[in-house]
Amino acid sequence: MRIDFKLNGKAIFIDVPPDRRVVDIMREDLRLTGTKESCGTGDCGACTILVDGESRLSCLMLAVQLQGRDITTIEGLAEGDSLHPVQQAFVEHGAVQCGFCIPGMILSAVDLLDRTPKPGRKEIREGLSGNLCRCTGYQKIVDAVQAASSLPTKDESVS
Amino acid sequence: MKKTDQQDQVEEACGSSAARHVPLSVGASVARLDAWDKVTGKTGFAADYYSDDLVWAGVKRAGVPHALVKGINFAHAQSMPGVIRVLTHKDVPGINRQGVIRKDQPVLVDDKVRHCGDAVALVLAEDKAALEKAINAIEIQYEPLPAVLDPETALEEGAPLVHEDHPGGNVLLKGDLTIGVGPEAEKECDALVEARFETQRQEHAYLETEAGWARVDDNGMLTIVCSTQTPFRDRAEVSECLGLDAGRVRIIAPYCGGAFGGKDGVTVQTLLGLAALHSAGRPVKMWWAREESFLAGTKRHPAQMYYRLGAKSDGSLHYLSVRLYLDTGPYDHLGGVVLTLALEHAGGPYRIPNAHLQGWAAYTNNPIGGAFRGFGVPQVTAAIEQMMDMVAHKLGRDPLDLRLRNALKRGDRNCVGKTLVSSTGLKECLEVVKTHALWRERDRWKSAAVSRKLRGVGIAAVMQASGYGPVVPDVGNAKVELTLEGKIRVYSGVVDMGQGNASTSVQMAGSILGQEAAHMELVLPDTERTLPSGSASASRCTYTFGNALIGAAEILKGRILQRAADLLMAGGKEEMTLVPGAVRHLKTGREFPLSRIAQFLNNSERVATNHFRAPVAADDLGIPDDLRLHGLPHTLFSYGAHLVAVEIDQITGAVDVQRCLAVTDCGKVINPQIYEQQIQGAIGQGLGYALCEDLEVEQGRISTPDFSTYILPTAMDIPEMESVAVEIYEHTGPFGLKGVGEVATNGPLPAVANAVADACGVRVFRSPLTPERVLGAIRKV
Repeated sequence: MRIDFKLNGKAIFIDVPPDRRVVDIMREDLRLTGTKESCGTGDCGACTILVDGESRLSCLMLAVQLQGRDITTIEGLAEGDSLHPVQQAFVEHGAVQCGFCIPGMILSAVDLLDRTPKPGRKEIREGLSGNLCRCTGYQKIVDAVQAASSLPTKDESVS
Repeated sequence: MKKTDQQDQVEEACGSSAARHVPLSVGASVARLDAWDKVTGKTGFAADYYSDDLVWAGVKRAGVPHALVKGINFAHAQSMPGVIRVLTHKDVPGINRQGVIRKDQPVLVDDKVRHCGDAVALVLAEDKAALEKAINAIEIQYEPLPAVLDPETALEEGAPLVHEDHPGGNVLLKGDLTIGVGPEAEKECDALVEARFETQRQEHAYLETEAGWARVDDNGMLTIVCSTQTPFRDRAEVSECLGLDAGRVRIIAPYCGGAFGGKDGVTVQTLLGLAALHSAGRPVKMWWAREESFLAGTKRHPAQMYYRLGAKSDGSLHYLSVRLYLDTGPYDHLGGVVLTLALEHAGGPYRIPNAHLQGWAAYTNNPIGGAFRGFGVPQVTAAIEQMMDMVAHKLGRDPLDLRLRNALKRGDRNCVGKTLVSSTGLKECLEVVKTHALWRERDRWKSAAVSRKLRGVGIAAVMQASGYGPVVPDVGNAKVELTLEGKIRVYSGVVDMGQGNASTSVQMAGSILGQEAAHMELVLPDTERTLPSGSASASRCTYTFGNALIGAAEILKGRILQRAADLLMAGGKEEMTLVPGAVRHLKTGREFPLSRIAQFLNNSERVATNHFRAPVAADDLGIPDDLRLHGLPHTLFSYGAHLVAVEIDQITGAVDVQRCLAVTDCGKVINPQIYEQQIQGAIGQGLGYALCEDLEVEQGRISTPDFSTYILPTAMDIPEMESVAVEIYEHTGPFGLKGVGEVATNGPLPAVANAVADACGVRVFRSPLTPERVLGAIRKV
């Protein structure tokens, strides 16, 4: 089945069985392995991608659900050599240890900041509660998201 | 770093131009150099390999805890579309037994299955769907055997045997140590407390499950890329089981997506190698689904502990009696080493002149007990630290003061009689807790509890040995190279499973050689390119490899400066110095780019290697040979003191940890940010162990086999944590450092249990302290 969608800013199409899991399409078919799989049952958040700007679990999404959508994976977040502010904050604040939860965590954080531009630490923790991390104890991830949220947005930085 | 280049990759130390010019200074919080590729999804984990001609391999597992295998029917499975081959024990060309100390675990079961996760058949297929169908189509004929389900009954006369050929029966290892006058001392005690503690099985739950891929090339070289803590040991095990020369097996260990001990030992490696021998040169991949990781992976040993602790009226501890039972499952998997470390730490970081310590690691048909951060120490720390509070209560003493009074200092003997020769900062850690606001103002904080809430504050002192003990060599071999492009390439011998030791190695080498990140390169562990440096475990990675690396970097530095001095006809290498990208003659200001110096060094001169072997205990404590082999005694310890403040809901029993403080002595800190990463992460796992994680097993079957039933802490469950580093200089450590990987895991459970007891006046002796257990305890009052 032919499916047309936008991926990281580019219009593409794929031809796959309609019930193929999106996480498999990303990793195996498109070789974008930044999106991870850790449980396959929607419990851990490692497979998070953005669908029309909202965080979704790609291990629970089927190919047909991509039709006409605007998809962002971790590979599409940075602009060339320029990291997204959330990515930059994760690097600076020591939020990255083994790194396997990180792509999903970052995309969930991007969605959170999109919905709630200046979250408090409690809101950040709630917003990321669907992303498991086994290495960090979460504190530096919260530090990073808080730091990223206090940066001027595109609108604010031009004054 | 692309997946296709996984077999031969050199990484630039960091992937962002912004960080390239950050100096690499020891003691600075240099941002993790692997972070850039991890936040952009570029890092290639073992699970990330795909190719057009990939073969998928998967395992048919036992499904029953104990049974004779009478037959394996796989003809139908093998004939299914997309199935390439089904392999059984008959196809294992070498020795069909694996293990670090005792080789008792089959690659593929030949006689009987000993736990539900035992590997019985290996399937090779074209895709995952065909693989799954084939695995389900394999039928095994079993003759069920009575299962051994509990470590204490496993030791009884007439219990069914897990290994008929084991001379110890169901005892994998036992220890019986008498220190001082032993049980004679009990009657000399003025206060005596007795209790039984039970700690649960814990799941590692690393985000990257067991994974890897393998290929035999045209030269007959078997290359395995896998998520592992032990590439060199894996090579030995794989080659022995597959009947290959070790020189024909190459193991590559990329960044590992979490391990915590669960990848300390063979998981997918031998199975991948076996599959690759039957895939006609095609690459084979294996990646355990989460449920399979639960089923087949190792666990933290559950423990049953019987403690008696006696003290004199002046507050000095006088006698300790411990009986410790660990359920080690059906295979060795370092279970004896866990038992030995537990016995060594059973008395905590205190002077206890008399003790009788007994322990058993018992074979059962439950899931395999193996290495898990802390490695036996979280279990006994949960017991001894609660006993300390109970003794303090009985003596009418402050629990912090009782600990201070008995805290070990350098020169003391610990509870197995070992003289402490290395840095011992426990008192300093306890003093920080004592003067901290959370402790000083605890009564005021507790009295501010609102209706239906009970507040409590609890403390725990912790210690953790590093290294392998007096017999097994704890060795690092470092290699550094000045490349022809003028970069400093560090060949890391120890796996980075998230703890950041690769970045720390680059930081140390860069600091010695005066270079910034832009001029550094890193090669991750690879049996073809890096040197054997032991397992990424036992809190020894940065200590042992770091010491080897410092030596190698100094050798290379000396050679570079000397050659530059000779070329310039300078007075000596004292007149030269390394600056980023170049050597500078201080007298004249002339500079030579490193790439130019490299051309004037012979290939053999551009590479420096150095060996370091960690010091071991010289004490003769009369410890039996088998316990010495398993690690007793160690000689280097890290210490800490933890405090937690909890609020209990009287209606639900839920324990909310509101404040958390960890004060730690791990020597001098090389990178404060990485140090904090370790402390915070360890506390996170420790709090899961304290409050919500419980791998439940009934009749040998796991009843919490996924993340919906096995409850891991989320970002909402772990409080803000405060970490204080007490930097007592350790003379044998690289830049004064000691290991930090494990010690903080030991604090949360006993601190929380002590806080709960403080809050509601009753003690919960079984972990995790779930709301049901806490509520049950409260209601009894």
